[in-house]
Formats: sequence, C-alpha cells, structure tokens
Amino acid sequence: MENHNLDPGPEAVLLRPIQQTTSQFYKVMGLLMLLGATCLFAWVQQLKDGLVVTGLNVPVYWGVYITNFVFFIGISHAGTLISAILRLVQAEWRRPITRAAEVITVLVLFFGAGSVIMDLGRPDRLLNVLFHPNFRSPLLWDVCSITVYLTASCIYLYLPLIPDIAILRDYAGKRQKFYRLLSLGFQGTDKQKHRLERLIAVMAILVIPIAVSVHTVVSWVFAMTVQPMWHSTIFGPYFVVGAIFSGIAALIIAMALIRRMYHLENYLKQIHFNNLGLLLLVMSLLWFYFTFAEFLTTYYGSEPIHLAVFYSKVTGRYSGMFWTMVVSCFVIPVSILGRRKTRTVTGTVVASVFVNIGMWLERYAIVVPTLSHPRLPLGRINYSPTWVEIAITLGFFATFILLYMGFTKLFPIISIWEIQEGRRNSLQGVEERVKGYLPGTE
Amino acid sequence: MARWGMVIDLAKCSGCQACVVACAAENNVPCASPEEAGRGRTLAWIKIVPFIEGEFPHVKMRLLPLPCQHCDNPPCIKVCPVDATNITPDGIVRQIFGRCIGCRYCTNACPYTVRVFNWKAPEWPEGMEEAQNPDVSLRPKGVVEKCTFCVHRLQKAKEVAASQNRPLADGEYIPACVETCPTQAMYFGDLEDPKSKVKEMSRSPRVFRLLEELGAQPKVFYLAEGEWSGKS
Repeated sequence: MENHNLDPGPEAVLLRPIQQTTSQFYKVMGLLMLLGATCLFAWVQQLKDGLVVTGLNVPVYWGVYITNFVFFIGISHAGTLISAILRLVQAEWRRPITRAAEVITVLVLFFGAGSVIMDLGRPDRLLNVLFHPNFRSPLLWDVCSITVYLTASCIYLYLPLIPDIAILRDYAGKRQKFYRLLSLGFQGTDKQKHRLERLIAVMAILVIPIAVSVHTVVSWVFAMTVQPMWHSTIFGPYFVVGAIFSGIAALIIAMALIRRMYHLENYLKQIHFNNLGLLLLVMSLLWFYFTFAEFLTTYYGSEPIHLAVFYSKVTGRYSGMFWTMVVSCFVIPVSILGRRKTRTVTGTVVASVFVNIGMWLERYAIVVPTLSHPRLPLGRINYSPTWVEIAITLGFFATFILLYMGFTKLFPIISIWEIQEGRRNSLQGVEERVKGYLPGTE
Repeated sequence: MARWGMVIDLAKCSGCQACVVACAAENNVPCASPEEAGRGRTLAWIKIVPFIEGEFPHVKMRLLPLPCQHCDNPPCIKVCPVDATNITPDGIVRQIFGRCIGCRYCTNACPYTVRVFNWKAPEWPEGMEEAQNPDVSLRPKGVVEKCTFCVHRLQKAKEVAASQNRPLADGEYIPACVETCPTQAMYFGDLEDPKSKVKEMSRSPRVFRLLEELGAQPKVFYLAEGEWSGKS
C-alpha cells in the first residue's frame, strides 16, 4: 500500500483543503447555492412563459445571454491556453498555477454553452443541432469547436491530475474507492511517469490550436453576418486576444482567493502574481491596439450605417459603458501593472477585477449596439435586461464559483507532483539549459 | 420553374396599412397588446417603415411597405444551425416552425430585419380564434416566423390549375397583401415569365431594390416616387 514514489513529503500541506473544511467555507457555499437557486427559479419562469420575460425585442434579439456566452468562453482561455504555453516553454514558475487555470477552463465552458441554451427559444429542441446540422452556420461551427475544446480540456486537466489522485488514494485517508478508480493504477514508476509526461506534452500542443479556433469561431458568429461593426476581418484575433486577456485576469483572481482561503502563500508567491501581471499588461496593450485599430478604421471609412453604431458607443447611448470599458481594460490595468511598485498581489487582483468587468462590458458593447441600429429605420427601442436575465447571469457566476470550490475539496488545486518534480529536477535542469545557451560549453 | 417576386409602386402606396392587417388575418399573426408593442414585440410579417428625408423645415416622410424580401441569396438561411429555413426552387424563403430552435441568428443576420420571433405563446382575443385561417399553421412560442409570400395560396392555385389540366395563369396566385391593396400599388407574379405584369413592372426605370449593395438579391422591387406624371 505505502508507495515511496508517491510520498507527498513537505507538500502534504496541499492535501489540507481536502482533509478539513472551515465553517466559513460552508457559509460561502450556502450563499452561492442561494444565488444558484434564484437562477433556477428565473429559468423556470422563462421556460414557462417564453423569452417574453427578458428585455429582448425587435431588433435587439440578443442581449445579456449572448454577452455571457462570449464572456464565459473567453474566460475559458485562461486555463488551457496559459497552462499549455507555459508548459511548452518550460516556464518553471508555472508549476503551482497550471491546475488552477485548467479547472477554470473546464468548468466555465459548461456555463458558456449553458448561456446559449438559456438564450434559445426552444431549448427542448437543442438536439436538432445533431439531427439537422447545417454546416454552413457559424453557430454549428461553434457547437463543433466547443465540443472538441471541452473534450480536449477535460483530458488535459485529467492527465496531470493522475499522479495526485494516486497520492490521494494512498495518503488522504478519504474516499479511497473513488480515488482508486480515477488513479488508473498509477504507482509512480519511472515508466508510468515517462508515458504520462509524453501524453501531457502531446495534449499541451493539441489544445493550443483548438483554443485559438474556439474563440475565433465565436467571433465569426458575428463577423460572418453583414451587420455594421460585426462584419470585420479583425474579429477573430481580436476575440482571441480579449479571451486570453480576461482569462488571465480570472486566473489571477482565482489564485488570490485560493492563496487566501487555504493559506498557500508559500506556494503562490509574489513572483507568480508579478509574472502573470506582466502577461496581463502585455494583453492589455494588445487589446487596446486591436480596439483602436477597429474603431479607427470604422471612423475613417465613415460609412453612415457604421458611424451610427460607432457614435452610439463613443458619444451616444452606450458611451458610459464604452468608456468604462476603456478605463477598466486599459487605463487602470496599465497604470497598475506598468509599475513594479504596484504590481503586487493586491495590485494585480484589483487590475484583474477591472479587466473582467471591462471585458464583460466589451462583449455587451459588441452585441447590443449593432443590433439596436438596424439598417432600416424601424424606430427606436431600448434594450435593458430584466430581473430574469440578471438572476440567471448572477446564478451562472455563483454556480461556477461553487463548482470551483467543490473541486478544491476533491483534488489538490496545486499540483503536488509537479512541485515535487520542480524541487527534484528543475534547478539542475535550468542550470544545464542556461549553460547550453552560453558560448564554449557543450 | 417560376421565380416569384413582388413589385411595390411607392407612387401609389398611401401608407394605409391594409396590407398589414390583411397579412395578419391571412397568416394567423396574433395581435400584440399595446404594452407588448411598446416594448418592440410586435409580430408583423409586413410593416410600413417610415423613411424621414431632409432636414427641418424641408422634411419629407416616405412610407415603405416592408415584407420579407425573399432574396435569391438570403443571408438568413446560411446561418441557421439546424437548417430550419431554406429557399424553395421557385424562390420562396420558408421557415420550418417544427424544427426551429429559436436561436434568432437568422433574425440578426437579415439586413432587412423582417424576421420575427414568438416571445410567448400566441393569444387571440375571446372569439377571435374562430377567424383563424385553417390553411396556415399556428406557431408555438420560441420559434422564428416570417412572410411566406402566402405560399399556401400557391399550393391551392396549383391544385386548381392541375385539376383543370392547365398551367398556372398570371395573377392566379397572389399573396393577401397584394390582393387587399386598395390603391393597387402592389404587383405579384412570376419574374421568369416574360409576359407577366410583375416582370414588366420590374423593368421600369423607376425600379430600385433595398440595400442592393449587400448582394442578397431581393425579389421585392420598389418603384420610386417622383413627380406626379399622371401615368404609372
């Protein structure tokens, strides 16, 4: 039973969240469940009466649900993409953060797909996408790419989890049957480890193009139509950049909460937040570049139908939202993250909260203003979400956090074996790598 | 094969909305309550769109009846994820109510915004359901619907013609809006038939199509208003 290969050693502290739960944890869970229940109640109302309970209308046929869809799918890029890239470039500081990122991806995808189901007039006919698929529809491309992404992300989350599940099986003293089943007989032999590492490397390479394709296709849902300020060739990369941007921000917030709740300051250090903060800074600049390019082209071309949407964002009805977005996605993060002094744990978290608010607003400002400016003069009708849409949105966020918290109670949220590997091999490995860069050494 | 199309002479249209009412009665389109209408939930398969031209004090309002344009290259049918909308060989853009999942992608992809969505289950005032047209199916809540050029009338006309062993004559199949128009501003027929009235009208020097630059190739032609010449 006792297997020396799998002894957690000093990392046993990472098993603590699984072994004991504070009362505060249950209180938070209760609150989140309450929000989840409100969401369920709202959804039942909507199923009963139809989408009449929302604020949607002619011509604003899409609103908060589609905004949430794009936002959640964007957040999902935190995980898999960041973790895969950091693994492939052998960034040693990745070790304590990859899992936290991968879990975000897998869980949030359900809420992204769920948001579309909330938006359907006939969710009971959802399976028609399988029975009568029209492969010319960008929405069907979405169905395909998100399904592939979810499958790949689940595998990519599960593979590096296997050694930790084996540790849990042998050392947690809880739910042994469950862990035995999931550990697939992993004993930590060299052969097993070698095989696992190769599989992880293959998956890390595979998930990158899949992740990029997912958000590109999400953007194409809009860009493939001829509607003003949707029909843009820049949308694919623009959405991917926005997705990674909001994803990193979500990851920073999750890490800070984990660090605080489980007292893991020793593992999630200042340097991790500093490094992710720098990544976030780069993404913020990239996001601004894309936004600027998009808006300048529209302005300079000055086609009246495009300008109507443009001005509604810059000076008109949506200007409050638009400028809040610019401040939250660019001004605040750049001024906080651009200075080493403020690139602290608190600083990066504050920047990340603003980035996520800003990115949600960005999605809203893409969906709604275009729809509320149809090409033909149909009269002015405003869209504002009703309590049902707000309750479902809040419920989605709450349930996502709830499931995330649940995960930390079943599995270590910081990869134990990867930290051990780091302690064992990294110093030597990095030394050899650096020597390889220098002249005169072989 | 026929290619059904419509011509609307804006010089003759008085904006009376008789077409709107006739369409709703013919196609079982439920009335929206004033509150619902105020919130933009009217279900109209044809509507009168006001175009305001010029600036005060030289303002002019032009009224434009807007049914589905039945494009030859419809942007709506490409985007439907479940193939619930398609174009018949004779050019009518249809909706399969029993298959539509209500994602409203088609409503957003249509540059003319002529597709409507059933926000709730349809309701008729007490007794009014007696007047429903048995030839047109009622649509459930949560699906998209649209102008069909009264395709059920085509079925009927075809059957009558077939029973008498003759081809369909020009003017035998016309939608309810065209039939009703008190000023006879609307024409309907086969654009492939060189002798049809609608073909002749569609060659008028006054003809234009809406948002033609988008390349959807609509089959609804408008004749521009101009100075009154005494001739049409």
